[in-house]
Amino acid sequence: MKVEQLMEIVEGTLLTPQAPLNREVKGGCGADLMSDVLASIHPDAVLLTGLCNIQVVRTAQMADVRAIVFVRGKTPPPETIKLATEENIPLLSSPFGMFELCGRLYQAGLHSFEAPVLHDDE
Amino acid sequence: MMNNPPHPNARRGRTVTDQDAREISRVEELSYELKVGEVMTANVKSVTAEMKIAGVLEILRQGRISGVPVLDAGGEIIGILSIEDVVRAMERNHLTAPVSEYMSHRLITVSDFDSVVKAIKTFSEYRVGRLPVLNEQGKLTGIITKGDVTRGILNALQKDYKEEELRRYRASHLFEDITSDRTSLILRYEIAAKDYQRGGEASSHIKRALLRLGASPQLARQCGIAIYEAEINLIIHTDNGGVIRVQIEPHRILMQTTDTGPGIANIEQALTPGWSTATQEARNMGFGAGMGLVNIRRCVNRMELDSTPGKGTKLTMEILLRPEERFREEGDPEAE
Repeated sequence: MKVEQLMEIVEGTLLTPQAPLNREVKGGCGADLMSDVLASIHPDAVLLTGLCNIQVVRTAQMADVRAIVFVRGKTPPPETIKLATEENIPLLSSPFGMFELCGRLYQAGLHSFEAPVLHDDE
Repeated sequence: MMNNPPHPNARRGRTVTDQDAREISRVEELSYELKVGEVMTANVKSVTAEMKIAGVLEILRQGRISGVPVLDAGGEIIGILSIEDVVRAMERNHLTAPVSEYMSHRLITVSDFDSVVKAIKTFSEYRVGRLPVLNEQGKLTGIITKGDVTRGILNALQKDYKEEELRRYRASHLFEDITSDRTSLILRYEIAAKDYQRGGEASSHIKRALLRLGASPQLARQCGIAIYEAEINLIIHTDNGGVIRVQIEPHRILMQTTDTGPGIANIEQALTPGWSTATQEARNMGFGAGMGLVNIRRCVNRMELDSTPGKGTKLTMEILLRPEERFREEGDPEAE
């Protein structure tokens, strides 16, 4: 689905007006620990998170995340929005919690991009 | 902090970001750099004072233009007739009148060597939509409209963009253009301890550099994730920060971080998924999942972790490029 469509499903407020909304989101990942995101996420995902600091955007940039949704109406500080704007990553704030957001997006056909932890015997 | 409204300086509902500011100032620069002669429409149609309005109407319609200069027999400009003047004549059912009766005699002109900003100022000062352009000898060389200005600036911006593309192209041929027995590019970054705010900046530069050099998005992502985890480790765990060194060669990427302590007491444990010694401060920032080194190992072909408690840690990460991923070297066949 496109970011635009995702925005409707999560009833999100766009915090980065210039960011592109026509990109394709192929799956989702919900996490508050950035290494968990980096460990499991595939490219072109939407990241649902409660974490608002600048590292969320850095993580998204490294992992080629297409959009970030902040849960429970959280609004990140200006420096987070500024970096996301520079990096062209759309930031959305949704009134819903993580559980409901995952449910809504999964129901709309978005797959999970979260992979289990691989141990040494992978 | 967390609940700050997102747009404290909202102007017309949105914040002017740094990127906007850069673009706006580039447009401003261009309006000083560009000359009227570069953006004006040359070879303009002109009419004489004796022509009938009806004839001009036809010229405007065919040329899809909104005004023409009026020249005398010697080719000097004596006025300008705009579509508004034609409309006035039409309202009075007076299309057979000569141009001289309806044309504007007030001559506001610009020179072809004036900067575009002069034209913009003249448009707003005299509330006109088009200006005849004269050369140094005072002869008409063209007409400039607001549309010409917009097109001219957009074209110049487009040219800027092409130059950026060209730079990217040149960077991607770096290894081809330089002849040596062994070429490598070394990037070095100093990372401060506990500087969470700037955390990831170096990694972001590294990822971007790789993309510029022509790395595939997958390769850049793989290196980016590994080095980001390593950079965050320097920030969270070291006493005095550390150094990132990335060596890019046509066939491999070698990334290293070194620091001066405290060192890792139990490497075995440090490599266990989920095991972390991160402080509460780091955890609040979203780190300390205990997945950092595990992630790195997954992203690289070889990972070595040397650490001596009290002395420091050296982390080596090597990614060997598959033949199709290699940066092209001098003498490689041109074909992909």
